[in-house]
Amino acid sequence: MTSADELVIRTAELLAAHDPAATEPLEFLRARFDAGLAWVHFPPGLGGLGAPRALQAVVDAELAAAGAPDNDPRRIGIGLGMAAPTILRYGTEEQKRRFLRPLWTGEEVWCQLFSEPGAGSDLAALATRAVRDGDGPDAGWTVDGQKVWTSSAHLARWAILLARTDPDVPKHQGISYFVCDMTDPGVDVRPLRQLTGEAEFNEVFLTGVRIPDAHRLGAVGEGWRIAQTTLNNERVAIGGQRTPREGGLIGILAETWRRNPELRTHELHQRLLQGWTDAEVLRLTGERLRQQLAVGQPGPEGAAAKLAFARLAQELTGLEVELLAEQGLAYGDWTMSRPELVDFTGRDAGYRYLRAKGNSIEGGSSEILRNIIAERVLGLPAEPRSDKDVPWKESAR
Amino acid sequence: MTELDLLYSEVEEDLRSAVRALLADRCPPQAVLTRCEGPEPQDTGLWRTLAQELGVVALQVPEALGGAGASLRETAVVLEELGRACAPVPFLGSAVLATTVLLAAGELAAGEWPALCAGDRTAALAVPLSTAPDAPFPLGVRADAAGALTGAVTSVADVPGAGLLIVPADGPAGPGLYAVDGADVTVTARGSLDLTRPLVDLRLDGAPGRLLVGPDQAEAVLWEALLTGAGLLASEQLGLAEWCLATTVAYLRERRQFGRVVGSFQALKHRLADLWLDIAGARAAARAAADALATGSADAAVLVAVAASHCGAVAVRAAEEAVQLHGGIGMTWEHPVHLYLKRAKADQLALGTPGRHRASLATLATLPAPGGPLPRMPHV
Repeated sequence: MTSADELVIRTAELLAAHDPAATEPLEFLRARFDAGLAWVHFPPGLGGLGAPRALQAVVDAELAAAGAPDNDPRRIGIGLGMAAPTILRYGTEEQKRRFLRPLWTGEEVWCQLFSEPGAGSDLAALATRAVRDGDGPDAGWTVDGQKVWTSSAHLARWAILLARTDPDVPKHQGISYFVCDMTDPGVDVRPLRQLTGEAEFNEVFLTGVRIPDAHRLGAVGEGWRIAQTTLNNERVAIGGQRTPREGGLIGILAETWRRNPELRTHELHQRLLQGWTDAEVLRLTGERLRQQLAVGQPGPEGAAAKLAFARLAQELTGLEVELLAEQGLAYGDWTMSRPELVDFTGRDAGYRYLRAKGNSIEGGSSEILRNIIAERVLGLPAEPRSDKDVPWKESAR
Repeated sequence: MTELDLLYSEVEEDLRSAVRALLADRCPPQAVLTRCEGPEPQDTGLWRTLAQELGVVALQVPEALGGAGASLRETAVVLEELGRACAPVPFLGSAVLATTVLLAAGELAAGEWPALCAGDRTAALAVPLSTAPDAPFPLGVRADAAGALTGAVTSVADVPGAGLLIVPADGPAGPGLYAVDGADVTVTARGSLDLTRPLVDLRLDGAPGRLLVGPDQAEAVLWEALLTGAGLLASEQLGLAEWCLATTVAYLRERRQFGRVVGSFQALKHRLADLWLDIAGARAAARAAADALATGSADAAVLVAVAASHCGAVAVRAAEEAVQLHGGIGMTWEHPVHLYLKRAKADQLALGTPGRHRASLATLATLPAPGGPLPRMPHV
């Protein structure tokens, strides 16, 4: 097994061969991937060394100290957090080699085509169809349907896509998982303006989109099971992030409190202390999750951390607007823009307050996460479902 | 800030299994219920077994003194299991609060260890159970130049049967922590909300005391003992909350109404999921506090305040949800859930309320309270 010392040596070798000050950032990132220092827990040849996940921090610290460029993980979060672990687990060797390197370096942005207007929390009810065209070596699929809430679709080169390949079986069984080329002429991306004023999300219309069979991930009809990997990784990606004390929203709020004694009231003080404590508990919970993952005991805390994060973000951002008093009434800019980043902490307090409302909806609503915890962790029975064993085409929608 | 270890080691898991097995055998909830109304609410036989068979009553005491030479992390794991069983033993008072003072007293306490480590004797810290770490040094007992102590202390836990009392007192040269023989003190039982951790009032009438910690260190050592107690109490609260959740889930998977298992209703599932979430946070916070105390981290006071305020509230909510979700059964004396409710509510007040611990963060985390004059009402 690769040790921390060995990683320090390999990182030093990378830096010696590719001086960050004299190397194009993209060239450096490609060299880092090829040296197995991109995500050290991935296999050799795919950007990793099969090392313990916890040792990534060693590499990151060495590279940061040397002023090396990073891959701007916030811009490519869906690729890193969701597409990559799914491709690693279910992709063919060819798919892994084609997709993972440019995904990690940020050359190719990814988005996720899962939700639909009629399939939100009930994702398995999705209606986008993929129909097989032919049987020969050039066989592929033709996709028609509509997807929504697609972050980064306007920037993405590729999408992970769920589509219905068999309407004659119950809804969970007839779904397959594809990699969709976002440059296909049948893909139409339209901005979806949010209550913040900007259009971070999109709606995506798919009309006769061609997907070669080589871009199917896993077996036909296995899409739902594979999607669980994607969704679990999404929640771990949010909940397992390492943050320092007072990182994120609580840091902004605490600084505002310290700098503005005239804004302080006793009632706000009580809520600030409660929020600070909640933020610290959540940070420790995430830290514990990270430690569990590092020694190979992944727990269900991923869904929990996401649920707790949403609750806290809404509590803190609401408090911040109140604390700011007159300034809390202001809002910087309602102009519709299409940002490149998903941003929970940027802009002003009013934006943060409004953006946080999405935290309990995106990536699995808080209600669905509570169902997941209650059913899969606590072992409580599911609500009776009328559509579970009915062929999808006959189910009430 | 050093790296916290928030997991349980294999040794800690083995220790947990051993303690849990013993408690399942020796103090199942029904036995605790029966005992709490009897003449001896605390189980001295169980204490002796914990000491002699498992060696867990002096875990953080060095081996040279007869202890296990482990750390407060292991002590915290034992507290999780004692909380899960609502066990009526004086662990918090003797193995945590008093032991912290005795370890700080060094040579002066050397003679006490053999009997304590063997479980033949227990010790208690003579302060009201509600005393917070940042409370002023208690001055209700006076010590004269000869070491005779006079005064009163109310609402002390884990005293019955304790051979050794550690009494904070105002001495001729200032505050000190004195060792007093339990037999020299008048002990009056008082009705206690928590049936499994009964409280007593103490009266000292010229009781002979021996100075363990003098004025230069007494306040710091008492603070350390109370901080350690508050930090490890979070682990007891965690175990207690876990029992409440597990017991409630088991009940809701069996109980049927409206032709369905009631645990399938989302209204109930979501409540339990939220509780599970808070308990996951409690586990991380309690581990953080125990680890910081064990390593003597400079961050320990902050992490104790976070753990104490979070875990205290979570344990109460877990117990209250358990009563409510058991329906009429939860309101009966014969179901043990009320023991947990009473322990949880008393624990919430023990060694500082959640609000008091949060308030201490105003200083510890530099989040100052509003200052200056209050706004003037123009027409009043």
